Amino acid sequence: MTVTGTSSGSAGGQQDVLLSVRGVAVHFPITKGLIRDKVIGHVKAVDGVSLDVPRGSTYGLVGESGCGKSTLGRAVLRLLTPTRGEVWFDGTDVATLKGEELRRSRSRMQMIFQDPMSSLDPRQSVEAALSEPLRAHGVSPGAGGFGAKVKELLNQVGMPASAASRFPHEFSGGQRQRIGIARAVALRPELVVADEPVSALDVSVQAQVVNLLEELQDSLGLTYVVIAHDLAVVRHVSDVVGVMYLGALVEEADSDTLYAAPMHPYTLSLMSAIPVPDPVIEATRERILLTGDLPSPADPPTGCRFSTRCPWVQPGRCTTERPEFREVAPGHKVACHYAEEIKAGTITRAA
Amino acid sequence: MPDTPLPDAHDPGATARADATATDAAVPGAPGSAEALASRTATELPPGEAGTSLGREAVRRVVRDPLALFGAFLVLSFVAIAVFAPWIAPFGPNDRVGAVTPTNIPGPSAEFWFGLDSLGRDEFSRVIYGARQSLLVGVVSLLMGASVGIAIGLLAGAFGGWVDAVVMRLTDIMLSIPSLLFAIGIAAVLGRSLLSVMIAIAVVNVPVFIRLLRGSMLAQRNSDYVVAVRSLGVRDRNVVIGHVLPNSMSPVIVQGTLTLATAIIEAAALAFLGLSGTDPAVPEWGRMLAETQRFLASAPHLAFFPGIAIVLAALGFTLLGESMREALDPKYRR
Amino acid sequence: MRSTVTGHAGGPRPAVDGPLLQVRDLSVRFTRKGRAPVTAVDSVSFEVAAGRSVGIVGESGSGKSVTSLAIMGLLPKRGVDVAGSVTFDGEQLLGMSDDRRRALRGAEMAMVFQDPMSSLNPVVPIGVQVTEVLRRHRDMNKAEARDEAVDLLRRVGIPEAQRRLKDYPHQLSGGMRQRALIAIALACSPRLLVADEPTTALDVTIQAQILDLLRGLIADTGTALVLITHDLGVVAGMCDDVHVMYGGRLVESADRHELFARPEHPYTHGLLASVPRLDSPRGEPLTPIPGSPTLTRPWTTGCAFEPRCTRAQPDCLGSAPLMEVDRGHGVRCRHPYGVPEPVAVVDPNGERA
Repeated sequence: MTVTGTSSGSAGGQQDVLLSVRGVAVHFPITKGLIRDKVIGHVKAVDGVSLDVPRGSTYGLVGESGCGKSTLGRAVLRLLTPTRGEVWFDGTDVATLKGEELRRSRSRMQMIFQDPMSSLDPRQSVEAALSEPLRAHGVSPGAGGFGAKVKELLNQVGMPASAASRFPHEFSGGQRQRIGIARAVALRPELVVADEPVSALDVSVQAQVVNLLEELQDSLGLTYVVIAHDLAVVRHVSDVVGVMYLGALVEEADSDTLYAAPMHPYTLSLMSAIPVPDPVIEATRERILLTGDLPSPADPPTGCRFSTRCPWVQPGRCTTERPEFREVAPGHKVACHYAEEIKAGTITRAA
Repeated sequence: MPDTPLPDAHDPGATARADATATDAAVPGAPGSAEALASRTATELPPGEAGTSLGREAVRRVVRDPLALFGAFLVLSFVAIAVFAPWIAPFGPNDRVGAVTPTNIPGPSAEFWFGLDSLGRDEFSRVIYGARQSLLVGVVSLLMGASVGIAIGLLAGAFGGWVDAVVMRLTDIMLSIPSLLFAIGIAAVLGRSLLSVMIAIAVVNVPVFIRLLRGSMLAQRNSDYVVAVRSLGVRDRNVVIGHVLPNSMSPVIVQGTLTLATAIIEAAALAFLGLSGTDPAVPEWGRMLAETQRFLASAPHLAFFPGIAIVLAALGFTLLGESMREALDPKYRR
Repeated sequence: MRSTVTGHAGGPRPAVDGPLLQVRDLSVRFTRKGRAPVTAVDSVSFEVAAGRSVGIVGESGSGKSVTSLAIMGLLPKRGVDVAGSVTFDGEQLLGMSDDRRRALRGAEMAMVFQDPMSSLNPVVPIGVQVTEVLRRHRDMNKAEARDEAVDLLRRVGIPEAQRRLKDYPHQLSGGMRQRALIAIALACSPRLLVADEPTTALDVTIQAQILDLLRGLIADTGTALVLITHDLGVVAGMCDDVHVMYGGRLVESADRHELFARPEHPYTHGLLASVPRLDSPRGEPLTPIPGSPTLTRPWTTGCAFEPRCTRAQPDCLGSAPLMEVDRGHGVRCRHPYGVPEPVAVVDPNGERA
């Protein structure tokens, strides 16, 4: 997938930015109490994320469970209300929309879910599920009615027209995901947030769905935010990849740079942990094993959030000062005090 | 359980072949179409008639379960007997067809299948007519209880927040009162009548339905497909009416069936206690039991037949309800 | 099939003579009332020697999990026909008495499941669950078992093991739960560990830790490992021998270097081509396998993979292809990769429709 409609893919160039996320935070209150709930703390699922997605491009968000990537995706679509920050979609701050205005704006941004079984109403036939968004937004189906429109959508995702009268439980996982995708593109949205679109599918089916997403992007001019834990999938589909850890971006770069020259210690260890189906590489490559678990997002570490698990952690700044998300090269941002030193090898990791 | 695809009755290979042919045919092995082939051929549809909705599948599963069929048979017989009582019963419920004395009440015979009662009426005909009363009380009290319960539960489930909190505390209070005691209290306040029995049973069932629907709706509200439908921009009202509510109804339907069983038992119990109105001419199983107490030594059959009738009617609804619970539970699917 | 008899390096147990686990023609049929019987596992044969690790790769419906359950004797008795032979250290496991099997399970062979939450007892603290096994199988007293449990938890990488003993499963993270489960499996130093998707539910960085733990275990104690997974990447880094399953049968078996360097079965080939790799160039579309894993034909009517195969020829129908073994590399295919094709691949459907 390439950035279309712009002369250059670099972040510095003038681009038609469709989605701009500015300092978004989503905090969930932790409450306690018998009669009146008292807020005793906050889970900082997303804590200050800014990113830009040019029209027609794909932004990949990777991170492990609990890093806040799905929460961020839902905040972008205003399925959750951000605690702070702005979500600019084509010149409108979605975070401030309410009621009918918000409902209408939903036709321009859609979501693809991880589990196609649970994201389809089990009592709804495919035809009902696919025509529902059209009816909700009063879209005229044109000549042939909703039936013809549904068939067209099914054809677009590689499903036969006979699927229309069937129910979700009658399909395989891959087919259900195609139906979910058909529903998401029914309103011809501009932005599609895909939350783990292939991770619930069998390996041999994942590639079908990945290719379908790419085809639809080309034919419909979609802009994607792809959220996944699988860095290989994200790298394959994305123009720019952002790596999240504990509610914040720690590194952002175009896909090739991120793979060729990762700088944040977390990205380095994440890449080294992904198994490669090649015994020769597996036997020779260096593994950076992290110790311990993800800290609680209700009580994130002070300073750098990765400091509790970082193999390169230094005394001082790492535990006291939260690193700035700074640009170390054009289009390459890292949130690490010592990114350059680690890259140069002047700081080595602890045994 | 096996992680195997379960083939349907007919040869799955043949079906798969046919579907694969149909879809592959459009894609010859031209090199440029490799990508198209890649993403466009996952279209083999499962065999079997198209479009089996969950409801139809649940019915199929109920039909396959012998216990459910037995329950359904009992329920249908009960309803048929109640509806067609005048045609089934050989005598009227109040016809004095034989001579009896307190010490000599004839038992079952060829002419009077269940024998005679203490006033010389045909016991069989009275048990038949008694079904009408039980069905009436059961159905009316269920309809009243369920409709009020569903309406309040829907409010709590749809709005949440303080509405939910208030409703739930009230149901907690209602649930903490013993149901029979509660019913007696209501009958005492409203006077002894059939209506007060029905209201009593209905009121006892209201909190049960509220809790059930509200809990079920809360669970559905957080499910992925509701988020998905919301993200499509469907109006909140339509999300609740079109998606959350229909998917929350399964436990309510099951509970309704089971409630009919308890309603029949409760109606009999209230009648036994003499709370169900004053017209002794209308046969009622519970009151028939109560009336026989004096004659238990000389005519035990008078306690036996209404008792069996109560048990069979309640058993029918219970069996049907339990098997519907399984049939409607997505966990048991396939 | 290749024989995998090797002496392992310096483990505390002597190497057994011959394979530790030998599976011969294992078949599992589910015969449910009112339904056509389903053959989930169909004449599967493989073996594992002490200190070796074998990977069984497959997707949903391949029968890989049923195979592992059959080996462990964990399939329900009713409605399941298990045929063939599974020997552990020369002793036949199929049809073994329940008592003997229970004694073996836990002490000599152990299993780790995908979902640690459902395999741990939610109302019993972790420490009790570990010490229970130790006391039952290793006759330890309470204090000994406790010390050993702390040691075990520490060995599998649970920090503050002493304190964790009192924790309930829900208080641990997914990775910690899986480690606790592995600790329980290892409590009696089993000679065979069967792990069914042990890392699928975990994040990659945690997966790396668990795999590292398993690797160390094999090297240190000479435990034999059967790893069931869908992830070819995990197998590439873990297993000495790899068996690929499709539709209940093994379709390709080889040493891992051989298998990944020269995959011959179209299914193996397709799996490798359809996964995006971190180290592969971007920009090219992936080459997926058409259809879904549920699209199989019964082996009695030809190759089960035929409906999805891009190399299928008319002769793929009729009867199941045999497993052809050449220098330890077995392939169940009439038109494998690496063998010169008679003609250019024609549209498979053109001739058979």
